[in-house]
Amino acid sequence: MDLGGYLALPFAQHALVAGTLIALICGVLSPFVLIRQMAFAVHGAAELSFTGAAAGLVLIGDPVVGALSGSVVVAGLIGSLGERPRERDSAIGVVLAGGLGLGILLLSQYQGFASAATSILFGDIFAISAGQIWLLVVLALVVLVGLGLIYRPLLFASVDPELAEASGVATRLLGIAFLLLLAITVTEAAQVVGTLLVLSLAIIPGAAAQRVATAPLAATAVSVGVALLATDGGLLLALNGTTVPPTVFVTGISVGAYVVARVVGPRLRARRSRRLDAARGLS
Amino acid sequence: MTALVDLSGVTAGYGGRPVLRDLDISVAPGEFVAVLGPNGSGKTTLIKVLLGLLEPTSGTIAIDGLDPRSARHLVGYVPQHRGFDADLPLRARDLVELGLTGSRPGLPVRRRAVRRQVDEVLELVGATAFASAPVGLLSGGEQQRLRIAQALLGDPRLLLLDEPLLALDPGAQAGITALIHERRRSTGLGVLFVTHEINPILPVVDRVLYLVAGRAALGRPEEVMTTETLSALYGAPVEVLHVGGRTLVLAGDGEVSGLLGHHHHDHDHGLDLDHEHGDGRL
Repeated sequence: MDLGGYLALPFAQHALVAGTLIALICGVLSPFVLIRQMAFAVHGAAELSFTGAAAGLVLIGDPVVGALSGSVVVAGLIGSLGERPRERDSAIGVVLAGGLGLGILLLSQYQGFASAATSILFGDIFAISAGQIWLLVVLALVVLVGLGLIYRPLLFASVDPELAEASGVATRLLGIAFLLLLAITVTEAAQVVGTLLVLSLAIIPGAAAQRVATAPLAATAVSVGVALLATDGGLLLALNGTTVPPTVFVTGISVGAYVVARVVGPRLRARRSRRLDAARGLS
Repeated sequence: MTALVDLSGVTAGYGGRPVLRDLDISVAPGEFVAVLGPNGSGKTTLIKVLLGLLEPTSGTIAIDGLDPRSARHLVGYVPQHRGFDADLPLRARDLVELGLTGSRPGLPVRRRAVRRQVDEVLELVGATAFASAPVGLLSGGEQQRLRIAQALLGDPRLLLLDEPLLALDPGAQAGITALIHERRRSTGLGVLFVTHEINPILPVVDRVLYLVAGRAALGRPEEVMTTETLSALYGAPVEVLHVGGRTLVLAGDGEVSGLLGHHHHDHDHGLDLDHEHGDGRL
């Protein structure tokens, strides 16, 4: 079957809609992940969605609800254990190791079919139900509206914490709110597309944007662009008559975009430096 | 003249351990006060108290007659500088603007009125030329100008600066000092300038607040920066030396304040503190 034929099928349409939604929310969160040095928190939250799912499976027979409530617990734990990046990284390390151990314990007690929980670590974007799409739509709305509301104070708290605090910005609360948005996104996205894909969509677009953009909203735009290009481009390539899984294409394109940004970035910076020197000379 | 800042009997600290003890300070509008002292003597705590971030355990604080929390809009603050990552996606004007709008919810979309205000302070601190450059590309002195522009937004009556000359070369130190001095002369801005290092600002300082272990000596530089006053404050022999036009404080623990500074002659402002003549005033 060719690409056009695949695109007529519900599974391919679901994959594209879900991929686009996840790319959008990961894209807007990603620059803040980089500015706030939270790449490890993304990794932790993504892997811990396995523990939440296992707990959900054992306790209430529903891995999705388990993973989502687990992400709230994880965000709360990481947020309350460490404020500074170095503190936070060790806190995440502890929560991550302990959490994965707990997940394995839970799963070992489970008598049913465990692939429901383990599939979270890998995900399958070509097996998305209509119900999952609706969940993603709600999630995307929550994240986009939530981040839209806290964008400016969060930026202030991220780049200039002392002055933000002195100006009455609730920096700690904002940090936890962001962590919550991030954990929910990462967990839900990991359910749908797998942990590996979440890492490439929540970290790489922001890292690429940071290399080329100079203004906050421009960085967000570049990041969303990279995430969309990687996800939709990767899915279309995978649908175009190949047996290679889409994850490979999605990560391939995002890593490629990052490499391009690494190459272009220094040239842009050199040009900006020259322009800056010229401006200094005039004043 | 009514005091701009009035602290009376202020004791403040963390977890029941007082860092400032029974402090009485009064700062007049337009006055430039240098806050000096060894590490851990309470300089940053004093700033936190004035910003309303730390509630004193006893005593009263008034800034233009208001308590610090209600006086926030009257206070400009330059926090201790940490530098910015080279690839932080933030331009000079974005940083300055956050000082005005950063606490408002929403996206950082620029309104014309805000833009004008930001342009004005950028001009004021001589940062117009690099207003659109990413902050990470700017020198320490340029970044510090942006910090001061941020603090001057909204026309504060009091400026609190935490080590604003740290890690700046002598030229940049002189530039920043002149900028603040000029501003307080033209607008009656009160200045509390926390520093390790009095020499770069000595020509423009009205009074020195010297903190040691939470206790303070306050007075004109030539009164406070003496072997007698500082020895009494430290409770141990301290030597104040004048070497090559600079004032050095040699405390018992071997800490030396003022080694790095350069004395700037400032005859224009009628402040001749040129102690190379050895007139014994300092």
